[in-house]
Amino acid sequence: MRNAFISALLQAAEADDRVWLINGDLGYSVLEPFAERFPERYLNAGVAEQNMIGVAAGLALSGFKPFVYSIANFPTQRCLEQIRVDVCYHAAPVTVVAVGGGFAYGSHGYTHHAIEDLAVMRALPGLRVAAPADPVETAACVHAFVRDPGPSYLRLGRGGEPVLHAAPLRESPGRPIRLREGDAVALIGTGSILGEVLAAAELLAQTGIAARVLSLPYLKPFDAPALLDAFAGVRLVATVEEHSLIGGLRDLVAPLLAARRDRPPLIGYGVRDGASMDVILDQVAMRRHCGIDAAGLAAGIRTALERLDAGADPFDADGDRA
Amino acid sequence: MSPGRTEAAPHLEPADDSVALAKRLRLHTLRMVYRSKSSHVGSCLSVADILAVLYKDFLNLRPDEPGWVKRDRLVVSKGHAAAAVYAVLAERGFFPIDRLSRYGENGQSLSGHVTHKNNPGVEVSTGSLGHGLSIAAGFALAARRLSSGARAVAVLSDGECDEGSVWEAALFAAHHGLSNLVAVVDYNKIQSFGTVADVLALEPFADKWRAFRWAVHEIDGHDHTALRQALAAAGHAEAPTAIIAHTVKGKGVSFMEDRLLWHYRSPSRDEFEAAVAELEGAA
Repeated sequence: MRNAFISALLQAAEADDRVWLINGDLGYSVLEPFAERFPERYLNAGVAEQNMIGVAAGLALSGFKPFVYSIANFPTQRCLEQIRVDVCYHAAPVTVVAVGGGFAYGSHGYTHHAIEDLAVMRALPGLRVAAPADPVETAACVHAFVRDPGPSYLRLGRGGEPVLHAAPLRESPGRPIRLREGDAVALIGTGSILGEVLAAAELLAQTGIAARVLSLPYLKPFDAPALLDAFAGVRLVATVEEHSLIGGLRDLVAPLLAARRDRPPLIGYGVRDGASMDVILDQVAMRRHCGIDAAGLAAGIRTALERLDAGADPFDADGDRA
Repeated sequence: MSPGRTEAAPHLEPADDSVALAKRLRLHTLRMVYRSKSSHVGSCLSVADILAVLYKDFLNLRPDEPGWVKRDRLVVSKGHAAAAVYAVLAERGFFPIDRLSRYGENGQSLSGHVTHKNNPGVEVSTGSLGHGLSIAAGFALAARRLSSGARAVAVLSDGECDEGSVWEAALFAAHHGLSNLVAVVDYNKIQSFGTVADVLALEPFADKWRAFRWAVHEIDGHDHTALRQALAAAGHAEAPTAIIAHTVKGKGVSFMEDRLLWHYRSPSRDEFEAAVAELEGAA
């Protein structure tokens, strides 16, 4: 995904000489092609994220379009106030790029788990928030942010994520993308966890459950009517995110459904507040640990549908999934 | 290398003009703070001479064209000195002077910390300390890439230099040889809750900037000739310039000078009248 990012950015920078790439001394073996091709628009700002965002704001307010790149929480939470004030309040066309969304850095440990970034970034007024699921969505997001510059956040996975979309995207930013049809349950994911969601739908199909699969690469702004349309006709909606259940995709979808008279129940799959982080696991195992791997998702959905069949609520209302 | 300043030279005015401007800034500030019952009058009075010299004699600006691409950029990073900033912008012609009379009221544009919203001439909104020098460095870098000849100036408070981000920016600017960047520190020796020496000492302050590879001028921040000379010297080395401007908090009003109280206190009617009388009586 990071290679898709740099390819798209190179392409964008060829066409638009206002595009810059700034990094916080991270990106070895990824960012070099940009540095070599556009040395005048490339900057390693050092291990100093607050200054990096401020400098990017100054460049952006002078007419440039900087993309600011670092790992996980460093370009967001370390310099949150610079993003809030210097970038968002000034509507400065800076795109903050975090590589390693969710548990992508796995056994590198807790410091490198980006699992609150979407909540924090979504809360900032005027900041567009995108979490592409694969290289195709990544390229679409980069081109959209260059074409229509403004304060933006781009959450990437790491490397090696499979291509999930057969063709380049035609959907406008903010609309959900349908990857699989089904009427029993709508599974909606954001970010690279979408691979697990598709695998879960396959497991469910093997037991006769038709799952609709939706991807939502843009969490802000999003097209609420299109999202509600995408849930039409299903018995259950499940949001899936490699992120805290607080403030991410579940909390984007929940108020939409809550305001509807006839609405399917909603289950949120993600990292529960207080989930044990006392474990050292790679990304695959970390997803399993949190119940957001394909098998965990499929098992949870199956149980929920059985409970609905029995006339019960889809899951225990004990806050277990909250 | 620094952009040449030959085109700015014709803007230079006789010394008494910036002194007269500084006096007007102090009077505006007092009225604004008194009417709105707001704080930070001491910070405004200490920075008045710095702003007067910058706007009168140094910054290359077009008040009738605030977005002029080649303009110099000033970031007043000590955004709590908002009243003085708005006053100098009004005096310089960016907006009508009568706007100042509604400072802090509901529904107008002048907030207690500097905002760019609806206020032409304000480059950057400030109020959270430690942001401005980085943004100014970005302005300086952009000007260099665009070969626009523009310079960037950041005015910092002393207390602000407690923020680590200031020193990130200091490292960055020197590393990139941003000779078109100037930092002016309004070193009035009193921060929010005590003296700088007591809260978090900065000394040896000038040495710190030198060690960060800045060209440093240590001057009396109320001496307009010294301010002009230090600003004129900026850009002649392959380094950013730090002007450590020694100032007095509350400068110009004897009972406010060098007193922490006036970081917060808004003058009573008697105090306001006494302060105005003292300033108006001053040369």
